[in-house]
Amino acid sequence: MSKSNFTRRGVLKTGAVAGAGLALPTIFTAQSGHAFTNDPTGGSVTLGFNVPQTGPYADEGADELRAYQLAVEHLNGEGDSGMLNTFTSKELQGNGILGKKVEYVTGDTQTKSDAARASAKSMIEKDGAIMITGGSSSGVAIAVQGLCQEAGVIFMAGLTHSNDTTGKDRKANGFRHFFNGYMSGAALAPVLKNIYGDDRKAYHLTADYTWGWTQQESIAAATEALGWETVNNVLTPLASTDFSSYIAPVLNSGADVLVLNHYGGNMVNSLTNAVQFGLREKVVNGKDFEIVVPLYSRLMAKGAGANVKGIHGSTNWHWSLQDEGSKAFVKSFGTKYGFPPSQAAHTCYVQTLLYADAVTRAGSFAPCAVAEALEGFEFDGLGNGKTLYRAEDHQCFKDVLVVRGKENPTSEFDLLEVVEVTPAAQVTYAPDHAMFGGADASLGECNNGA
Amino acid sequence: MLGLNNKDTKLLIAVAVLTLLAPFILNPFPADSAMAQFNAGYPDLMQRFVIFGIFAIGFNILFGLTGYLSFGHAAFLGIGSYAAVWIFKLFTYNVVPAIALAVIMAGLFSVVIGYVSLRRSGIYFSILTLAFAQMSFALAYSVLSNPKFNLTNGETGLQVYSGDLQMFHRDSLPDLPHLFGLSMRSTYNLDLGAWSFSFNAGYYLCAIVLMLVFYLSIRIFRSPFGLMLRAIKSNQTRMSYTGLNPRPHTLAAFVISGMYAGLAGGLMAAMDPLAGAERMQWTASGEVVLMTILGGTGTLIGPVLGAGFIKYFENIFSKINDSILHEWFAFLPDGLENFMVFIVHPFIGKGWHLTLGILFMLVVIFLPGGLVEGGQRIGKWIKNRGKAKDSGATTEPAE
Repeated sequence: MSKSNFTRRGVLKTGAVAGAGLALPTIFTAQSGHAFTNDPTGGSVTLGFNVPQTGPYADEGADELRAYQLAVEHLNGEGDSGMLNTFTSKELQGNGILGKKVEYVTGDTQTKSDAARASAKSMIEKDGAIMITGGSSSGVAIAVQGLCQEAGVIFMAGLTHSNDTTGKDRKANGFRHFFNGYMSGAALAPVLKNIYGDDRKAYHLTADYTWGWTQQESIAAATEALGWETVNNVLTPLASTDFSSYIAPVLNSGADVLVLNHYGGNMVNSLTNAVQFGLREKVVNGKDFEIVVPLYSRLMAKGAGANVKGIHGSTNWHWSLQDEGSKAFVKSFGTKYGFPPSQAAHTCYVQTLLYADAVTRAGSFAPCAVAEALEGFEFDGLGNGKTLYRAEDHQCFKDVLVVRGKENPTSEFDLLEVVEVTPAAQVTYAPDHAMFGGADASLGECNNGA
Repeated sequence: MLGLNNKDTKLLIAVAVLTLLAPFILNPFPADSAMAQFNAGYPDLMQRFVIFGIFAIGFNILFGLTGYLSFGHAAFLGIGSYAAVWIFKLFTYNVVPAIALAVIMAGLFSVVIGYVSLRRSGIYFSILTLAFAQMSFALAYSVLSNPKFNLTNGETGLQVYSGDLQMFHRDSLPDLPHLFGLSMRSTYNLDLGAWSFSFNAGYYLCAIVLMLVFYLSIRIFRSPFGLMLRAIKSNQTRMSYTGLNPRPHTLAAFVISGMYAGLAGGLMAAMDPLAGAERMQWTASGEVVLMTILGGTGTLIGPVLGAGFIKYFENIFSKINDSILHEWFAFLPDGLENFMVFIVHPFIGKGWHLTLGILFMLVVIFLPGGLVEGGQRIGKWIKNRGKAKDSGATTEPAE
């Protein structure tokens, strides 16, 4: 069957060849002459837009992509320039970034860490992307942020609300404009207390991943500090589409508030299930049963339809804001696509502008120079009022909106009303806060890559 | 050579040449041309080709030889990845111990899962393996990842933090997986005129491992053990009646293919130090079945081709977006351009599954032997083209 012809000479020869083969890769350790990864040398610069095009957050991803395309147009001097006119930093002239035309590549994260990293890697290795941005899930954002840190490119996080993104998983090459779970809790809890009283019993349903965990922790801590009691916390898988089996036990738990730590398609389904079970008509402990959705967006409100009426939550930004920046953005987005932008679109648009501005101010695409320009940067005119990019954890600090589902919407987009604008000071925390990795959390060294 | 017959030696040499020259072969288009979109010669994708090739070769040892269709092989891939990342976290970024432990852990798990699942055959075996894999997925995704006891880090995926123990890590070593100091990410870019080729250390490690395990798989296919496995496929009952117990052989095949999967998982973690639970999901198990069938079940080279085919679609077609389509069809009049984009749109970007599904159906219907059969048919056609006229004249009657 098999014949063996091992001879001493043969073995020696094979050994020598194998040895040479193993030694071979060492000649590849020499790096090419660039000072940093993907130094743009031609007349254009490539940005990587890595968003979920499939999966539970696909709606958000599609809106993010629209915002990115709009931002690229404005940076290249096409369209009506949107927020470039209202941004307090006047460095961007509509001639690309540092005179280089902005081009972009897109990828599908599938809301899976593995797929998102593969997609980001191909953008960095194949398309020469100098900056990666996007992500509609904190798990994905954290995974891609880690990759960008290793590869030596800047990561501008899109929609990611977990405390960990700029908490225990913070990275020197990663930046987040969006708010986080702690801020939601700090903004929402006082409003809830004023409306529902201070002796409520809360039951949490939580999406089972980093965002859900940290948001649940934040909301529970903030509400408990004001006298509420947390009866139970049940984790639900991200891929769930039917939550009836999780809703039924709520009725018998003695709780009078249901907190849905769900986002996107998850929240639409869980809220619909909860309403179908008649939770909102229930009276428990002599009080009306209430539902709270700590992280709200217009896309979700649209998906859940009439079920969102009167339900409170928090949001990063809403298109009905009347400051100049928001109005300019809503106008150019509406002109191009025919409907107002979501908060995901807003944060992605703003992140792209902030990156371009930081590069211009630094005068260089080198990630470390860009990071330095962003750290401690104060700006206004991008829709959230005065904002600070804190140097210690690369998190933006700005006002947070507490919103409520409108009782009488005037159009299919007019679904949320702003109840309160919580000032930035009220949601600010120390960089070494226990929910953000404590004293151990560090950004590490900024990485320029090759 | 090396105990192989002439034909197998040629095949091995062909595989060696293909893998070693892959950076050239996969980058046929100049970097600035419009066709550069279809270049696949960047490190990440080349690594994926080879790693999933290893995974599929291993799967083929079980499915191609014994006919046992496992729907849970991704579990071993995931276990390998987690084992490797834990070595990175606790001990060292050197990939050798990480890959070794990945193979060992996957081997141990496959002994247990195989011992239980192989008590049944056919569809029951498939369902049992599927159940085990989904169980592993649920454990990794949810049960073993909560703030109190975090073995797998759930949806985010297990990764290495700067605060991790890393007992044998020294400052002089790269802060990424490395082979005795050679970083897996280090890449040498060769620019030849308009063309650009990347030679990546990690890819060549994977390529050498692929050649070794490909050789091993040839030896298994040609060994008496391989013959025994084929006997199980053709008629297990007859084998039992001749006094041979098939179960130890199937279990051995199951464990070997599980270890191949673990090796692939370990290599994946070595190339990119992150292990995500979705690697173990049933869709990932289904993917390796598709790769094997698409390439050609029971053939040596088929699974590698199938793996390359699927990974190419996943990574290249999914990145084509509408603005690129508009560029392609820009030469057409506006109305026609938009029409063409509208027609092609469902098949690119997020629609790559659809394209792959159609191709898979075509292959299964017209080439039941997979891509290998396609290759053989083309080969025959070329050989016979010259003799087409003669062959008609010399046809002999059947008797």
